[in-house]
Amino acid sequence: MTTRPLSPMQASVKPVPGFLKGIYARNTRSVVARGMRVIAKNNYLIVLSGFFEPVFYLLSMGLGLGALIGTVEFYGAEVPYAAYIAPALMAVSAMNGALYDSTMNVFFKMRYGKIYDQMLSTSLGPLDVALGEIIMALFRGLLYATAFLIITTILGLNLAWTAVLAIPAALIVAFGFASIGLAATSFMKSFQHLDMVYFVMLPMFLLSATFFPISVYPEAVQWFIMALPLWHGVDMIRQLTTGLIQPSMWAHLAYFAVMILIGVTFATKRLKALFLR
Amino acid sequence: MTVSTQPVIDRGVSADYRVVRRWGWLAAVEQQILHMRAYLATLFITGLGSPIVYLLGLGLGLGVLVDDGKGIEGVPYIWFVAPALVMATAMQSASQENTYGVFGGFKWSNLFNAQRLSPVTPGQMAVGFQTGAMLRVAALLVMYVGAVIIFGVGSRLGALWLLPIGLLLGVAVGFCTMAWVSTQKDDRGQLGFVERFIIVPLTLFSGSYFPLDTLPIYLQWLGWISPLWHAAELGRLALYGAPISWPMALLHVGFLVAMAVVGALLSVRQFRRRLDQ
Amino acid sequence: MNQPVISARALTKRYGTFTAVDGIDFDIAPGESFGFLGPNGAGKSTTMRMIAATSMRTSGTLDVLGLDAAHNGPQIRSQLGIVPQGDLLDEELRVIDNLYVYGRYFGLPRAYVKQRSEELLDFAQLREKRTARVDGLSGGMKRRLTIARGLINNPKIMLLDEPTTGLDPQARHVLWDRLFRLKEEGVTLVVTTHFMDEAEQLCDRLVVVDKGKIVAEGSPSSLIRQYSTREVLEVRFGSARNEAVAGQIDGVGERHEVLPDRILIYADNGEHALQQVIERGLQPVTSLVRRSSLEDVFLRLTGRSLIE
Repeated sequence: MTTRPLSPMQASVKPVPGFLKGIYARNTRSVVARGMRVIAKNNYLIVLSGFFEPVFYLLSMGLGLGALIGTVEFYGAEVPYAAYIAPALMAVSAMNGALYDSTMNVFFKMRYGKIYDQMLSTSLGPLDVALGEIIMALFRGLLYATAFLIITTILGLNLAWTAVLAIPAALIVAFGFASIGLAATSFMKSFQHLDMVYFVMLPMFLLSATFFPISVYPEAVQWFIMALPLWHGVDMIRQLTTGLIQPSMWAHLAYFAVMILIGVTFATKRLKALFLR
Repeated sequence: MTVSTQPVIDRGVSADYRVVRRWGWLAAVEQQILHMRAYLATLFITGLGSPIVYLLGLGLGLGVLVDDGKGIEGVPYIWFVAPALVMATAMQSASQENTYGVFGGFKWSNLFNAQRLSPVTPGQMAVGFQTGAMLRVAALLVMYVGAVIIFGVGSRLGALWLLPIGLLLGVAVGFCTMAWVSTQKDDRGQLGFVERFIIVPLTLFSGSYFPLDTLPIYLQWLGWISPLWHAAELGRLALYGAPISWPMALLHVGFLVAMAVVGALLSVRQFRRRLDQ
Repeated sequence: MNQPVISARALTKRYGTFTAVDGIDFDIAPGESFGFLGPNGAGKSTTMRMIAATSMRTSGTLDVLGLDAAHNGPQIRSQLGIVPQGDLLDEELRVIDNLYVYGRYFGLPRAYVKQRSEELLDFAQLREKRTARVDGLSGGMKRRLTIARGLINNPKIMLLDEPTTGLDPQARHVLWDRLFRLKEEGVTLVVTTHFMDEAEQLCDRLVVVDKGKIVAEGSPSSLIRQYSTREVLEVRFGSARNEAVAGQIDGVGERHEVLPDRILIYADNGEHALQQVIERGLQPVTSLVRRSSLEDVFLRLTGRSLIE
């Protein structure tokens, strides 16, 4: 085998707008490329396995509880129980995947793998890294959402064509949670702090109109739950899969837009503080 | 610095391996207790939070939909679901302790490798670790049972029975998890599969949230082989006198005891094999 | 020699087709400081594990404190203090708890272990770190804690596997000082090391091991006398020239060894040898005269250096 001599090359830094100087090098691509390699080589099984959880829940709750419950009212229409929980499980799975990637995974890389120290010792900036991690989380979210939607379509649980829009909706949900998760992780110092994430996720998962409408609660509790992000995600996706689209759709979208903005801003700031001292 | 002239070795006292042969496992438990000190707060918060969220959220919330006036087996839904929730917690906690705890003991923290330098035997290490894990499971159970009593679910005396039943389930699941995990030399993500592909499906398909016979017959076998179903049925019998015949109750106990014994024997054998090269 | 506390005959350990320890014989007397000197992978740690009865031999015999190591693991270990290479401390516990927990593994009563932990804290010079978590200690502190831990059961024999590997020079001296204390008290020390200075410092007697076999045995000074000259002259001619120059220095000193970076000339008078080299018209870039060490013994015996 012959090798051609390499042409001389210099690492180039692309120009960025002034307020992003020092934190962004327009090279998120390389962070994503690394993430993809890791998945392809090491943990595709773990990634794959995440898909099963919502399916298990759907089969168990849909079949078992569905037999006891029958239908549930949603914006004035009676929806079969399985069709009622399927979109909720999709939102939960988007949340779980995004939070897992942006908390546990990132925490390990930060504390033990020292991968970010490595990345930031190149020309990459913290925003490249933050966006790269979020995009990886979204990629997983996209896989799960698509696969899950195929299953629910086969089971006849999607009641309108608007269900297709559940995929981008799930991505928006994932984006929101991933950016907040990343920001939160930057504050974490020990495993006990990681536990706190799950401590918040669990009640959100159980209580955000996933398995039963929030109308069963007293009004004060209802308002509290409606302030939580998962409820917005569940309600948004449910409107799409049932076709019962409400004006509140815009409120849900606005909620996530704000969440993403806050998350990304904070995460970048914190990563900068952590690594560029 | 003062230099002591006292001899370092105390010739009057030496270790007696016969004492170790009898009490070595207890020393291993002591180490576990010292470890617990570090995360007592987390243990307490999650231990307190999860019963409240599950019982109030799931029990009462789903109860509104399920009961619709009729309930299950003639009792309110929350009565039916409470023992299963208690047992699910015991099962999940026992398996988690034994997954990363045991694997880490061989690979990361070197717990077992360090114990190996003393006269404590591999069998004592396995038993000692399990006892320590059960102390944590017991702590969670006590808080859960307290919540069941406070919410006035079932009979008070019956609620107390959930503690020994939960521990029996914990020992069975704990040893079976340990027996498998101690054969694993590297973690390529398969450790997480215990939770994803065994514990979660068992929780979902063991007649926890709905009677097992509402599932289609081709899924019911999952419940029969599930330790959770056997423990939950015993719990229902104890808590509100669910219609279960005595031979059936004995079968439930027998199943759990057999699982515990087999798991313990396999664990001890595997510990010996791994530590006596 | 007194009745040996450890005695091995034709001791062999195989892992599949690989022979880690290849039929070695040795006796260790009570109160003796005995060393296994050899490079990484020579079979030293395997031998240590067999003595601690945590690894079963393939063939041969091995008696520790008069007991067959194959069948009396717990009984033997109750009389041993083991300092493994990786420390194996409980990183999540405090310093004092590590001592306590370990003492309890030997079946010693709680009150006694508590008191003894405090004493050993002083011995290990870790009094100020009493309630610190282990994961925050320096390497030297961890190793001293491991030694203190190994002493908790008042062992008859201490097994030290590479006690100062990875420590900085100052930490090594502090540690050696602690081990001298034990030696003075008549504790039998069994040390493996691939540092010749450590072997010279600590061992009354040692065996040089290579590829699972013992290649020489004796006290550090007798080994040097037997296998090397009094002094060594080290000369460097620059990496490209060492090999070329080697032919021109035949006859200087007793013999010489050509290493990739330098030439070692063995002679009883190093300065004199240097004179001879210069007289032959050779101009070394650098030169150094030093006393012979176990490193030279090992080089002579195996043709390789200890640290590769």
